Amino acid sequence: MSEYRQEETFDAVVVGAGHAGCEAALACARRGLKTVIFTVSVDSIALMPCNPNIGGTSKGHLVREIDALGGEMAKNIDKTFIQSKMLNRSKGPAVHSLRAQADKQEYSRSMRKVLENQENLLITQGEVSELIVEDGTVKGVKTRSGAVYHAGAVILCTGVYLKARCIYGDVSTNSGPNGLLPANYLSDSLVKNGIKLVRFKTGTPARIDKRTIDFSKMMIQPGDVPVEPFSFSTDPSDVQIEQVPCYLTNTTPETHEIIRANLDRSPLYAGVIHGTGPRYCPSIEDKVVRFAEKDHHQVFIEPEGRYTNEVYIDGMSSSMPEDVQVRMYRSVPGLENAHIVRPAYAIEYDCIDPRQLKNTLEFKNIHGLFAGGQFNGSSGYEEAAAQGLLAGINAGQYLFGKEAITIDRSEGYLGVLVDDLVTKENLEPYRMMTSRAEYRLLLRQDNADLRLREKGYQAGLISKEQYDALLLKKEQIAAETERVKKTKIPHSSELDRFLSDNGSIVTGAGFTVAELIRRPELTYDLLAPLDPGRPELPKDVREQVNIEIKYEGYIKRQRKQVEAFKKMETRRIPEDIDYKEVGSLRLEAIQKLDQFRPSSIGQASRISGVSPADISVLLVYLEKRAQERRLRK
Amino acid sequence: MSDLYYNEDTIAAVSTGISPGGIGIVRISGPDAIAAADRLFFSRSGQKLANVKSHTIHYGTICEDGEMLDEVLVSVMRAPATYTREDIVEINCHGGIFVVRKVLRAVLRNGVRPAEPGEFTKRAFLNGRIDLTQAEAVMDLISADNEYAEKSAVSQLKGSVRDAVLSCREKILYETAYIEAALDDPEHYDLTGYGDELYSKLQPILRELESLYRTSDDGKIMREGIATVILGRPNVGKSTLMNVLSGTDTAIVTEIAGTTRDVLEETVSIGGLPLRIMDTAGIRTTEDVIEKIGVEKALKCAENADLILYVLDAASEFSQEDKDLLEQLSGRQMIVLLNKSDLKQRIKESDVSAVADAPVISVSAKENYGIGQLREYVLDLFLGGEVRFNEQVYITNERHKAALSDVIESLKLVLESIETGMPEDVFTVDLMDAYRSLGTIIGEEIGEDLINEIFSKFCMGK
Repeated sequence: MSEYRQEETFDAVVVGAGHAGCEAALACARRGLKTVIFTVSVDSIALMPCNPNIGGTSKGHLVREIDALGGEMAKNIDKTFIQSKMLNRSKGPAVHSLRAQADKQEYSRSMRKVLENQENLLITQGEVSELIVEDGTVKGVKTRSGAVYHAGAVILCTGVYLKARCIYGDVSTNSGPNGLLPANYLSDSLVKNGIKLVRFKTGTPARIDKRTIDFSKMMIQPGDVPVEPFSFSTDPSDVQIEQVPCYLTNTTPETHEIIRANLDRSPLYAGVIHGTGPRYCPSIEDKVVRFAEKDHHQVFIEPEGRYTNEVYIDGMSSSMPEDVQVRMYRSVPGLENAHIVRPAYAIEYDCIDPRQLKNTLEFKNIHGLFAGGQFNGSSGYEEAAAQGLLAGINAGQYLFGKEAITIDRSEGYLGVLVDDLVTKENLEPYRMMTSRAEYRLLLRQDNADLRLREKGYQAGLISKEQYDALLLKKEQIAAETERVKKTKIPHSSELDRFLSDNGSIVTGAGFTVAELIRRPELTYDLLAPLDPGRPELPKDVREQVNIEIKYEGYIKRQRKQVEAFKKMETRRIPEDIDYKEVGSLRLEAIQKLDQFRPSSIGQASRISGVSPADISVLLVYLEKRAQERRLRK
Repeated sequence: MSDLYYNEDTIAAVSTGISPGGIGIVRISGPDAIAAADRLFFSRSGQKLANVKSHTIHYGTICEDGEMLDEVLVSVMRAPATYTREDIVEINCHGGIFVVRKVLRAVLRNGVRPAEPGEFTKRAFLNGRIDLTQAEAVMDLISADNEYAEKSAVSQLKGSVRDAVLSCREKILYETAYIEAALDDPEHYDLTGYGDELYSKLQPILRELESLYRTSDDGKIMREGIATVILGRPNVGKSTLMNVLSGTDTAIVTEIAGTTRDVLEETVSIGGLPLRIMDTAGIRTTEDVIEKIGVEKALKCAENADLILYVLDAASEFSQEDKDLLEQLSGRQMIVLLNKSDLKQRIKESDVSAVADAPVISVSAKENYGIGQLREYVLDLFLGGEVRFNEQVYITNERHKAALSDVIESLKLVLESIETGMPEDVFTVDLMDAYRSLGTIIGEEIGEDLINEIFSKFCMGK
């Protein structure tokens, strides 16, 4: 080590400036913590190296939750989207999901501006190569150049850059996405500090020059009008922009034939790629092999931005050799003459087994070291940003000596995401899905603020004014929900006419407003003419009242499920428990419990390898232990 | 003893009901089972149990302080291939109730503690040897005092409830997964018209569960017997009737000196169907009930009965008292027996039918006539005439019954949601409730108080 080295002192160091790193750094700096964020290239801040959209089913929920907690992603996409759609609109409000096509360049540029203008936050281009840990507590990082950055907390958000390798066909490059530099040194330092790494793989499809596409052979997919913004604080009138369409086409039997004939040249099947890829977002060769009976798969053509001709071929990620890629893409209707600007490729990288983390996203065995994003074995911009935000919040709590902020499965998709990561065995990059959230009806995108704003306020990322506005909103919803339950609309010919006009059954009786809202064909807003005593309320309040009344029975039942869940969740397992002392646990359960040290019975029950019988044994043991303690006192 | 288990002490109990022949088994389970038995057991061959092979039986004597308590057969079974997955020793005693207890006491003086009710099964369950339904079935088996119950308990033990539940659970999960997939990937999966499809798929599942639920009544009968009251004036032949019923081939007359029951009850079996003759108001024999306790009290006794057997002496006059009582009992599960029908009949079937809506059978207890018909009527009243116990799955457990009721309720809510045109995503709220409730039956979902609740119900040391 050189005697002459640069030394700096910060409160927090964030390693990586992708979607997780940006949120983590902002969460720290906004609370007045002196923060530095490292990136291998300042030009790659908040880069979207894969798909050009933000949101989608369940991911849209995460973006809203990020906003409720005081994060940046929602605001940034509202500023830079070029098309927006509410998915699942025909279904219940719990699964309505916003998805926006981003102008990638703009998205990245806009986030960079936010970071650059953030007080207390400095950006540094450089590769962090070493973690400094003393007595189980993180003390800072060292860069490849030998500079030392002392810090009370370090947040690792290295994304897919650790020992990254990009592969297509027999071309393999040690690089990050888009030819960016990989980070080759940090992995070894992590391993030295007892952190267990795994190797994951993901991939991206080709980008094609849109001038070489025949869109007449495809189905146009326009955006929604009007557009609904992501952020609770974006003025809806600011997002009613001119949108850019996407297009839908599909693969053909010929495509599948080309792929089958060349499987031996696929690095995935030839065994060149060792990392585990995601099942839900498979490469086209994976889809063809696994769903052999399907003769076509959907392909979406999505613009990468307003000022580029590149389009993203959604549904056809691949790591086939270049010549196969060209033939494969050209077998798709509309792409017969397609010119590939950037070929599809797969990327392999080091990440951690996230079960080494607490649900605060701090490492269990290194104080002050936090982690977020793809580094934790997840996939997707939204999942990354959400974790980065939570890691940043808790790094802040740690530095301020405050109690960590956690979100459980009944409070947010973010809670589900984190809980799944830190408790379940995860053999592939983890993607958020609606089906992973068991209390979905309560975790709607429309009520993310009601669920999580308070935590954002606790974390110092939501202002007093915003918080007061939330309290007012809650009050208004409660009062109006009560009112519509009590307000009767007496029977009248006007009521009967209204009902028949709206395709609703006429029974010749009167109803409360709530009873009518419950009818599938009627809504709170629709009933305004029959409800003259109604106070004037903002749209978001009216929407909540409508949903709370319409789905009251279901919401009640779901709350009951949550109560049962909370009961298990609040049964704490003492930190000093010795699982070998618990009689009758199966060996596998002892090992798993001992390895991951769950904090509650609920968490223990979700660990793979721990059976319900083991949980009953644990319950019996804890009860016995508690009784003995009571007796001793 | 395998390394898997820690800190378990050794327990013992009399693991069988003690049969009239006086054979009883003292079961010891735990790490010291073999050592404890060795201190008391002296084998004919002179071999110590510590040295014998697993799963072998040895003949010898149980002696304590030089006193021989009994001649016994001792089985040694080493962990883990045993019921509790611990070392087990079973001492088969032959000297009657008194001796069996003496042997147990001797065992308990050798570093072994008495098993709590249900503790052997609790250990089997906790050590992963059996699942929850099986544990419960064992409990039912212990208290089963008739052949229907035994068959049902045995079939439950083998996992037939589990199979039935698993199959429904799987179907529900499949539908839930389909909905979830469509919600996650709306651009690939379309839910148009799915509600109707789900509706038609759920109906057979619901029907299956409802019929399973209905078996719980049969199950209760099988487990607990049909609570029966025999009413009739003195000397109409109730005792003879009892004797005839008890004397048939299939009859079992059991005395259960249960931990919870202080009184003796008599269970009479008609074709395998148990009639639990209720001890009305402390009167041991049912003789002279009406005389002793009066019409009021007779009615009160009848109130708690599943079945009333009303015996009339066909050769005597039809008394006003009988008429009044029959009239008041009309409409209950009742069979009127015209006894002594071998003599000259002074009461005719039509006389009875005029006052009470109940089947009337002419019997002669003495001549064993009409008893077969009685059996058919009873079967008809309680099992719809069919003898269904062979292959069918029965729900015999109150907890299962409650869980099934929840499942049915949840599935009905799904159907209601479809009928009222609710969006598909809300179906899964109730589908998952149904799924979870089914899971509690087979122990795949654990409720906090479940374990203690179940084991507190075990009545003996098995």
